[in-house]
Amino acid sequence: MGQLQPLEGNLAVAEAMRQINPDVVAAYPITPSTEIVQTFANFVADGEVDTNYVAVESEHSAMSACTAAAAAGGRVMNVTSANGLALMWEILYITASFRQPVILTVVNRALSGNINIHCDHSDTMGTRDAGWIQLYSENVQECYDNLIQAVAIGERMDVRLPVMSCLDGFLVSHSYEMLEVEDDEAVREWIGPYKPNEPLLDVENPYTMGPIDLYDYYIEHKYSQWQAYPAAKQAVIEEGKRFGETFGREYGLMETLGLDDADIAVVAMSSAAGTAKDVVDKLRDEGVKAGLLKLRCFRPFPGEEIAAALAGCKAVCVMDRAASFGAGSGPLFHEIAAAMYTGGQTVPINNVIYGLGGRTVKPADIESVYRGLMEIADTGKVEQVCTWLSVRE
Amino acid sequence: MRVYPPDAKWHEMADGGVIPQAGNAEEYDVSGWRSAHPVRDDECCIQCLFCWIYCPDNSVLVKDQKVVALDPKHCKGCGICAQVCPKDCITMQPGGDMPEEEDK
Ligand code: SF4
Ligand code: SF4
Repeated sequence: MGQLQPLEGNLAVAEAMRQINPDVVAAYPITPSTEIVQTFANFVADGEVDTNYVAVESEHSAMSACTAAAAAGGRVMNVTSANGLALMWEILYITASFRQPVILTVVNRALSGNINIHCDHSDTMGTRDAGWIQLYSENVQECYDNLIQAVAIGERMDVRLPVMSCLDGFLVSHSYEMLEVEDDEAVREWIGPYKPNEPLLDVENPYTMGPIDLYDYYIEHKYSQWQAYPAAKQAVIEEGKRFGETFGREYGLMETLGLDDADIAVVAMSSAAGTAKDVVDKLRDEGVKAGLLKLRCFRPFPGEEIAAALAGCKAVCVMDRAASFGAGSGPLFHEIAAAMYTGGQTVPINNVIYGLGGRTVKPADIESVYRGLMEIADTGKVEQVCTWLSVRE
Repeated sequence: MRVYPPDAKWHEMADGGVIPQAGNAEEYDVSGWRSAHPVRDDECCIQCLFCWIYCPDNSVLVKDQKVVALDPKHCKGCGICAQVCPKDCITMQPGGDMPEEEDK
């Protein structure tokens, strides 16, 4: 039986890492995820885990060491935020290309500049094409549960891909909430022992990883990688279901609220989706048919499922906690708009960029988004595709 | 399969772009990379083996401590052997075509 405990997001992540007991952690501390690395280093020092903790001099080295340790045949975890993730960028692609299921917790934080330590999603959105599975957590319970599931998803033999488990910097990482922490043994049994796939330390079967790969084979190798993502999507669904069967909290690609009969709907990720749930309840009390799509799995992107879930709406707003500079709107919006269009949907859709650098998003802010949608639902017209929320103008 | 053939399909190769067969790089033909090729005059060669030690592609083939041939399958035509030869026995010629030197 699990136990209810009050923990911060960071401590819940460290606790999950202790229970997972990975073979190798090579991490470099950065705000707001420092506390995870620090707490986990204590577990290592106190002998509570068997992990080989590698103290490195940068995030580039951290992810290099993690990728190599995974290739050698170990279960490997890492933690970072913002510019730390940016410094890993080169290696992130290599981890995914090598099909190594490294598990990385990202405590989402704004990328510089200017220097800002607070939450937005510019860091992980910037790595969206790197080939990592990406799960986003709304609250402390979810960041604990998602990290455990990340291990099972990434390590499946038909997937073998690295996974980022993302939580909002400070909003979740430094917020105490009650969560159910499962028993160590139950967690270990649920993820199972690590099964290496062609480990480099298998000296009986030497092979080469990461050789030069030119115009004659590279595109076939990329196409082979491409084939892993439908399986990864299936794995997110199946492991989320299996997690529910064991621990009573079921997960899927997304969570929806009121979408069955919603006229207007917002798409949001992470902690803002939690705020939006309250707004939906309030609007429903007023008789407004409001709905919410909280996207949990951004990679692989469940475009068809999102388009189907939003099909009955009269107006939809996608909320992006990241700007795609020069694109005219946010990254989540681009993909959802494309998924709607290719899925034959003609629902009017707009985009709100919000919360950059930790700007608070209050229920009233999200309510204003819904009020805007009510107008669009009436007229069928989107006057401005992208607006920025709560910017002083 | 020791080497993936040039027409290997994506699903016929190992995941992750790995090469599960060790030591098969020498079977990879890179003769198409050259735009010039070295021609060596065996008559003037004093067998100092400078060309052998400097060649970055292991393309100077040596047997019994004597240069016997330049390897047309792996020579990149970089010209280093011609530069370092103290007797100027090696000259670079335009074009990638490179006849196999006779194994003497
Ligand atoms: S041209 Fe360059 S690669 Fe070719 S044999 Fe000479 S040194 Fe080696
Ligand atoms: S460097 Fe010139 S002289 Fe020396 S072994 Fe090579 S070809 Fe002969």
